[in-house]
Amino acid sequence: MLKIENLHASVAGKEILKGINLTIGAGEIHAIMGPNGSGKSTLSNVIAGRDGYEVTQGTVTYKGHDLLAMEPEERAWEGVFLAFQYPVEIPGVNNTYLLKAGVNAARRHRGEQELDAMEFMQLVREKAKLVELDQSFLSRGVNEGFSGGEKKRNEIFQMAVLEPSLALLDETDSGLDIDALRIVAKGVNTLRAADRSIIMITHYQRLLDYIEPDVVHVLADGKILKTGDKSLALELEERGYDWVRAEEAAA
Amino acid sequence: MSEVKQERKPEEFAGREYQAGFITDIESDTLPPGLNEDVVRHISAKKNEPEWLLNWRLEAFRHWQTMTEPHWPNVSYTPTDYQSISYYSAPKSQADGPKSLDEVDPKLLETYAKLGIPLREQEFLAGVAVDAVFDSVSVATTFKGKLKDVGVIFCPISEAVRDYPELVQQYLGTVVPTGDNFFAALNSAVFTDGSFVFIPKGVRCPMELSTYFRINALNTGQFERTLIIAEEGSYVSYLEGCTAPQRDENQLHAAVVELVALDDAQIKYSTVQNWYPGDEDGLGGIYNFVTKRADCRGARSKVSWTQVETGSAITWKYPSCVLRGDDSVGEFYSVALTKMHQQADTGTKMIHIGKNTRSTIVSKGIAAGFGNQSYRGLVKIGKSAEGARNYTQCDSLLIGDKCGAHTFPYVEVKNPTATMEHEATTSKIGEEQLFYCKSRGISEEDAVNMIVNGFCKDVFNELPMEFAVEANRLMEVSLEGAVG
Ligand SMILES: Nc1ncnc2c1ncn2[C@@H]1O[C@H](COP(=O)(O)OP(=O)(O)OP(=O)(O)O)[C@@H](O)[C@H]1O
Ligand SMILES: [Mg+2]
Repeated sequence: MLKIENLHASVAGKEILKGINLTIGAGEIHAIMGPNGSGKSTLSNVIAGRDGYEVTQGTVTYKGHDLLAMEPEERAWEGVFLAFQYPVEIPGVNNTYLLKAGVNAARRHRGEQELDAMEFMQLVREKAKLVELDQSFLSRGVNEGFSGGEKKRNEIFQMAVLEPSLALLDETDSGLDIDALRIVAKGVNTLRAADRSIIMITHYQRLLDYIEPDVVHVLADGKILKTGDKSLALELEERGYDWVRAEEAAA
Repeated sequence: MSEVKQERKPEEFAGREYQAGFITDIESDTLPPGLNEDVVRHISAKKNEPEWLLNWRLEAFRHWQTMTEPHWPNVSYTPTDYQSISYYSAPKSQADGPKSLDEVDPKLLETYAKLGIPLREQEFLAGVAVDAVFDSVSVATTFKGKLKDVGVIFCPISEAVRDYPELVQQYLGTVVPTGDNFFAALNSAVFTDGSFVFIPKGVRCPMELSTYFRINALNTGQFERTLIIAEEGSYVSYLEGCTAPQRDENQLHAAVVELVALDDAQIKYSTVQNWYPGDEDGLGGIYNFVTKRADCRGARSKVSWTQVETGSAITWKYPSCVLRGDDSVGEFYSVALTKMHQQADTGTKMIHIGKNTRSTIVSKGIAAGFGNQSYRGLVKIGKSAEGARNYTQCDSLLIGDKCGAHTFPYVEVKNPTATMEHEATTSKIGEEQLFYCKSRGISEEDAVNMIVNGFCKDVFNELPMEFAVEANRLMEVSLEGAVG
């Protein structure tokens, strides 16, 4: 699904990613953990194609194509989805309207018939149930006045509607209360599929109790320092990140 | 004057009115450029006006001569040479216009198509010589019939002067006096036509009144005069302009609009202004210097101004409300877009005089390219305006970094019981917002349109339904090429 090789990227002239290597197979869930400022969001922004993130070296191959050559919207049409760490508010733009434009743009791209208003509303209602998002959020402005947790839930709702092949969840669990975390995790688990890969960025082992990852990576100082299975997350929870850095330095 | 009104039932007015139809019957020529008393007399004579109106015009002209053009707006332009304008010209014969749409500038047609304007209307707007485009269509006939039934008068103001002189004399210039300002004085001296609306007591006008339905109103020239009177308990929604760019050879437009709302009356006045903005280098384009004012004379009366301003090289306009009646309400909802080298200095004045008067101001300014714009608003609470309230919100949205937005809010409060609320924001179309949309599969252009239309939503919501949809399209078409 996704293959990242020796990826270097800088923001505002400062190198943040310093040689990332990562391979994610179809249907896999990978968790990325790491200290604040280590480059996790930078990595997800680079994958989603945000302006201002300059790739200086390396390649990103998605479904066999050069992902870095595509515009952000093309990436979305091809099934890349980013759930933002800090979803932005777009006042006055109807949540459903934005999603409909996105879904239909992707359908046009694939040569499929666009969904009409009725079909789309049906889809949206069904998906809103999945993350137990109240119908009232559908007609509100995009994230406008949403609480922190509501914004996160809205991101997963959008993911459910857009049905991506590669989803990057950037700290979707941060700011969720315990019930919301359970609901969001349930939603993500429902979206788990053989042809859908998920990258979860998180600081908390707790999320991984709900959504079980196949692989756990530690990203620090712009590099993947360690890769393991679920037990690595438990170990990090207990011991912090310093020992990983120490191990790396010793190697 | 009021006894005149009582003697003549509105139905009678309406009956006379619609026999005459909308076609004015002035045989005319064109005056050489220049302005003096003879020109004013000539215009008045051409229109067979009663003496009081000639005197009124002359008084305005004399006043105008003592005035100087104001330079306080935050705009810059080459001053107009008032002696180089012709103040009376024959309505253009259709024979001079293009023979078919094939002869019309393809660029203009492209814009019409994008705005979804039907073919027949395209011909009409582009000045194609076609026989009585609208008079023959059933919609216009039904329209007239319905108005007549309820006694609403809606006609060119020159016709109103002829057919309802008492009404015109009673109200003309009572909201915007002849010497109010430089441009209003000029307009009063030389106006050639405009619209007249009279809604009798207790009548709810059964449809949106639009100048669109009046063929000859489109060529009222540069000094348009509009007078709307809503009697006690009546309601009217009036739509001015249209989204399609209109051909006009005159550079200076100095219109005056006067609204009078009596007890419990409501007037909703919506404008979509899309005059020629000039070319990409800032050459040409209309100067739009308009005086619009409403007099909420009656208790519990209400006037709402809603405007979408996307055209003109320079816009200078402050639709205002004088809240004289107790509990009267004034509202101003505005979207102004300036792109390329357009300049706009616009806003409103809310003058609170009556008790418990309320006003709401929502102004949305969008600047792109080298566009420059200012919100200028005055809220004045007089001594007598016990319990007055105002809410002002002015937001500016910048697209790109060569444009500018400014706000000049003026507040004068003479009554301590007044409540004032003011909110102002300036934001750039955020890279974050754009990226968010793109990451959901939406192209940059669509994303900008979406964000801008979202920004304008509070104002578009105030427009009559079909106008709101058009306004959305208009913003999209106007923004094309403004981004990137
Ligand atoms: N636009 C920018 N300008 C300057 N520095 C930036 C910019 N964006 C990111 N950085 C820097 O890049 C580094 C990595 O940031 P990033 O957001 O990727 O961290 P993160 O791993 O997601 O952290 P957190 O766990 O706190 O979310 C930080 O030091 C940050 O300050
Ligand atoms: Mg982050």
